[in-house]
Amino acid sequence: MVYRHVVGPRSWVFSGLPELMAKASPPRSGDRLAGLAAECAEETVAARWCLAEVPLADLVARPLIPYEDDDVTRLILDGHDVAAFAPIAHLTVGDFREFLLTASSDTLAAIAPGVTPEIAAAVSKIMRNQDLILVARKARVTTRFRNTIGLPGTLAVRLQPNHPSDDPAGITAAILDGLSYGCGDAVIGINPVSDSVQGLTGLLHLLDELIGRFAIPTQGCVLTHVTTTLEAMNRGVPVDLVFQSIAGTQAANASFGVTLGILKEAHEAALALKRGSLGDNVMYFETGQGSALSADAHHGIDQQTLEARAYAVARAFRPLLVNTVVGFIGPEYLYDGKEIIRAGLEDHFCGKLMGVPLGVDVCYTNHAEADQDDMDTLLTLLGAAGVTYVMGVPGADDVMLNYQSTSFHDQLYLREVLGLKRAPEFAAWLEQVGLADAAGTLLPGGATPLLAAAPAARSAA
Amino acid sequence: MSGEDAEAIWRRLAALTPARIALGRVGAGLPTQEVLRFGLAHAQARDAVHTELDVDAVRGGIEGLGLSTVTVASAAPDRTTYLRRPDLGRRLDPDAAAALARAADGPVDLAIVVADGLSARAVHENAVPLLAALLPAVRGSGWSLGPVAVARQARVALGDAVGAALRARAVAVLIGERPGLSSPDSLGLYLTFGPRPGRSDAERNCLSNVRAAGLTLDLAAFKLHWLIGQALTRGLTGVGLKDESDRALEGPMVGAALGAPDRSS
Repeated sequence: MVYRHVVGPRSWVFSGLPELMAKASPPRSGDRLAGLAAECAEETVAARWCLAEVPLADLVARPLIPYEDDDVTRLILDGHDVAAFAPIAHLTVGDFREFLLTASSDTLAAIAPGVTPEIAAAVSKIMRNQDLILVARKARVTTRFRNTIGLPGTLAVRLQPNHPSDDPAGITAAILDGLSYGCGDAVIGINPVSDSVQGLTGLLHLLDELIGRFAIPTQGCVLTHVTTTLEAMNRGVPVDLVFQSIAGTQAANASFGVTLGILKEAHEAALALKRGSLGDNVMYFETGQGSALSADAHHGIDQQTLEARAYAVARAFRPLLVNTVVGFIGPEYLYDGKEIIRAGLEDHFCGKLMGVPLGVDVCYTNHAEADQDDMDTLLTLLGAAGVTYVMGVPGADDVMLNYQSTSFHDQLYLREVLGLKRAPEFAAWLEQVGLADAAGTLLPGGATPLLAAAPAARSAA
Repeated sequence: MSGEDAEAIWRRLAALTPARIALGRVGAGLPTQEVLRFGLAHAQARDAVHTELDVDAVRGGIEGLGLSTVTVASAAPDRTTYLRRPDLGRRLDPDAAAALARAADGPVDLAIVVADGLSARAVHENAVPLLAALLPAVRGSGWSLGPVAVARQARVALGDAVGAALRARAVAVLIGERPGLSSPDSLGLYLTFGPRPGRSDAERNCLSNVRAAGLTLDLAAFKLHWLIGQALTRGLTGVGLKDESDRALEGPMVGAALGAPDRSS
């Protein structure tokens, strides 16, 4: 189907939905790299005019990547909830934007299973940042394992205590530091250097013992490949959450070494362990715009739409946590602070609209045109948008992955400015051990009891 | 805890990790000194990305080791394009292709590419010392070497085109890595057997974080020499070739393979 928009003497023509979606996207380097971006500013807006008139039903009826070619498309269409879609089935993309601006939280929750990633991506492309914030704020997604994540007025934090050589004492030191700032209610999640089952086993026991020792109402995770975690579960190692990086096409997932079948197997294995005291959301996924292009698996689809398709993969496994690692991939996909900020808001919006518990790793690398001020801006906007969780990295400097994320201090800033609370069970624990008062304010010297778990000094070597 | 006060324990914990822990706080914020310390580290990393490779100095250092050099550039004309278009950084500029054709002198076992990548600083500080540590072992193994290509605006895969032009059985790319906040000077070493444009990253072996405070130059040279030997013997690199040089390290061959290592670095 050809789409056309006339501006004065000029007629803009788009050959089909993939081209329309790509050219309607706010500019970013990854779409340019893929040769999909609009050639000028006017073409972008012409594409948005056309896109606004596309019926949502067309977006469902005309898959961007053919059903026969891609198991993510099959997952999206086979799982499409027609009853949830019914209230919006008659709308165009432009109508849908207006519908969302006035919809209640209950309405958004009711339609979420009927929102395909292509619908979410399409409407996001004609929304300004303030629209993305306003609607996402109303779309609440609550998940549970050992605590309750995503309640209105709350913000959780993943404590990310990475170490360049997976040293247990160094990791423990960073965990204690993070807990002392009241971080860790989303998860205590380690990115390991090693992908070996042996390394994973040691770190999982470390987390399990620390969480058990202080009876912390949270969960641990070592972010290694799903097959390694499966092997650890088979060996009886204590696994709370199964982690995997995922993307929006079958071929991109294959480049990560995963299939929907492997994810299903791991999901079932983790459910069988029954380690969650409050709920059974046992999966943790990470995503990020550009991953499909980087794997040469993008099928000519723009990176933001493909990112939303990754949330369809996540949604099928009822995850506890999903986060976009928005600025990690580098300037060839998101060039500068402006592009990173826009992408972070889009990703969060699309995930929430689809009913996925979206957090954001507000981050950048040193070859991107971005800095701490850009991260402060995005973090503040996401706080206003009701982001499920953000990262807590010591001093914002991840010394293992070599990028800058948000710090233990940054979440304190966001709580103070926006009045955001922690997950209630975790907040109660902080008060009980004397780390914080009933309002959640950290108490001087409150972390001292935790220091009982401080590792001994390294012997001089 | 034996009477050790909390502050002392936090100092002890801070010594256990390079991560920025126990920074203290002022309300929700960082102490001023920590804000400035972070700013300095970010500035150094940014400068590492945007500093031009000093080609003459690098060539001079390499030629001082008794090797010939050839200067090449990728198809990315400047840093801004380089950062946005990794595909151009993987392709040779036409002049470079001609220069390599002139420099090529029959098939060789190994081509070496010294590339700016994302940190010219890493190359300035570590490339020549690494080659100095590697060369005795390479010569001891009797491998033939092509001219060392010094490459500007280069990605790792540019080595495939260089290696192919120099008719090398394998190519080793020494390249400035994306600078971390605490590591603006980190060199990456990538080895590819049978270099030709179109090789995937899964067909390479990588040694990362090569710098004085990371994987030391001596150890990196030892591991790279081990990998080159395996690659040339087994005819492959990548996922099929695991770095088991640690086992060799425990054996008696270390000193011999390293030649006369310079412990001062």
